[in-house]
Amino acid sequence: MNEITVTTSINGRTEQLRLAAGVTLLDALRDRLGLTGTKKGCDQGACGACTVHVDGRRVLACLTLAAQVDGREVLTVEGLGGGHPMQEAFQHHDAFQCGYCTPGQVMSAIALIDEGRAGTDEDIREFMSGNLCRCGAYPNIVAAIREVAGR
Amino acid sequence: MSVGYTLAADPASAIATVTADPEAEFLAGGTTQVDLMLKDGVVAPRRLVDISRLPLRGVTVDGTTLRVGATTTMEELAAHPAVPPFVREALLLGASPQLRNMATIGGNLLQRTRCRYFRDPGVDDCNKRRPGSGCAAVEGVARMHAILGASPSCIALHASDLAVALSAASAIVHVRSERGPRSVPLTEFYRLPGTTPDREHVLRHGELITEVEIPMLPGGARSTYLKVRDRASYEFALTSAAVATVVEGGVVTSARIALGGVGTVPWRAWEAEEVLRDAPAGEASYRAAAEAAVQQPFTVPGTEFKVELAKRTLVRALRTTAGGAG
Repeated sequence: MNEITVTTSINGRTEQLRLAAGVTLLDALRDRLGLTGTKKGCDQGACGACTVHVDGRRVLACLTLAAQVDGREVLTVEGLGGGHPMQEAFQHHDAFQCGYCTPGQVMSAIALIDEGRAGTDEDIREFMSGNLCRCGAYPNIVAAIREVAGR
Repeated sequence: MSVGYTLAADPASAIATVTADPEAEFLAGGTTQVDLMLKDGVVAPRRLVDISRLPLRGVTVDGTTLRVGATTTMEELAAHPAVPPFVREALLLGASPQLRNMATIGGNLLQRTRCRYFRDPGVDDCNKRRPGSGCAAVEGVARMHAILGASPSCIALHASDLAVALSAASAIVHVRSERGPRSVPLTEFYRLPGTTPDREHVLRHGELITEVEIPMLPGGARSTYLKVRDRASYEFALTSAAVATVVEGGVVTSARIALGGVGTVPWRAWEAEEVLRDAPAGEASYRAAAEAAVQQPFTVPGTEFKVELAKRTLVRALRTTAGGAG
């Protein structure tokens, strides 16, 4: 009952899903497509661990219904391929400890640079504030972003 | 019961679908609605009618007003060069970039309170959720709650920053229903809780916000949105002030003021504006305005601090726009 069909591009690949209308994009990615790189932290829009890009904009997959990305392009951390400059900078600067928030941090950081908001460390901190890191790796996250921004 | 989903083809069919089903709701960005429905379990619509792809998106300048389509996102409005400064500041000091890419202007105005008792279905006493059941917040632990427009029935805060700035800007909400279009000034859009906190605004079921009209500020106006909170970013306001003033020859000739973090509705401070009109731009006037803005507060032990904090927030915002040393 109340099932819908969603056709969407995930990391450049067309996927067709039949699912209940109340399923979030986060659950569809993780439980239906096996893309577990996108993390479930608070699952309530407070922590940023589930950050993905939809049509090039960073959004929270936990508060997005899968239905809402029908016909859209979704990019998850898997779509970066592992060798993205931001991923390498995170490794180089040791910008994580437990790593659970890292996929969301990386996706958010890439968008931040695209938005032109990496001009100062203050800006980086402000416009990364939707991504929490309970290990407190913030100084190294800022350093990684600063490097990719070419400052 | 699982929720149904309809992608609206045009505004008229969206309105018709919701109007026909008392348990259907419009869905736009979903940042409040999906949370309340799937995570907190305090709302249970039978059908969501997705309006996010309707042609209600975009910002245009029309003479001395800015016309903002209801499904324009917060980030999109903030990026428009003609948006009044205090509206832009209120937008960018709210939520996070991810949420601002999702949340729409119409949805922002209709966001539900962050009161934890409202958002916890295990709490029985909530006049907003269950009319007549009481208010757990008045008796319980309160902090992020209202002191103006509040009553023993409800102290739930309207947490939108944007709505505070738009109230000060005298924005107009354009809505449409099967009966046709109508316009409501934002300052008359919300209802004080009184004894019916479940009724939060003047919209009827099936009535859709289509556009928000923001009048440009008068020439020479300076504006600011000052937000005071527990952490530097990504946090709701404890208190805030949206202020736009015009000063000529050391005299305040025009002032528009609204307070946030303190009201059960975005709090337009008409009395404070009256105090400032033709008053000298300076500390004594600002303090008098602040006293006028925060009258007859209803506090509980956890919210008493907001009375003075709200006044100081307004005084500092006025110093920023109208000048004068502290």
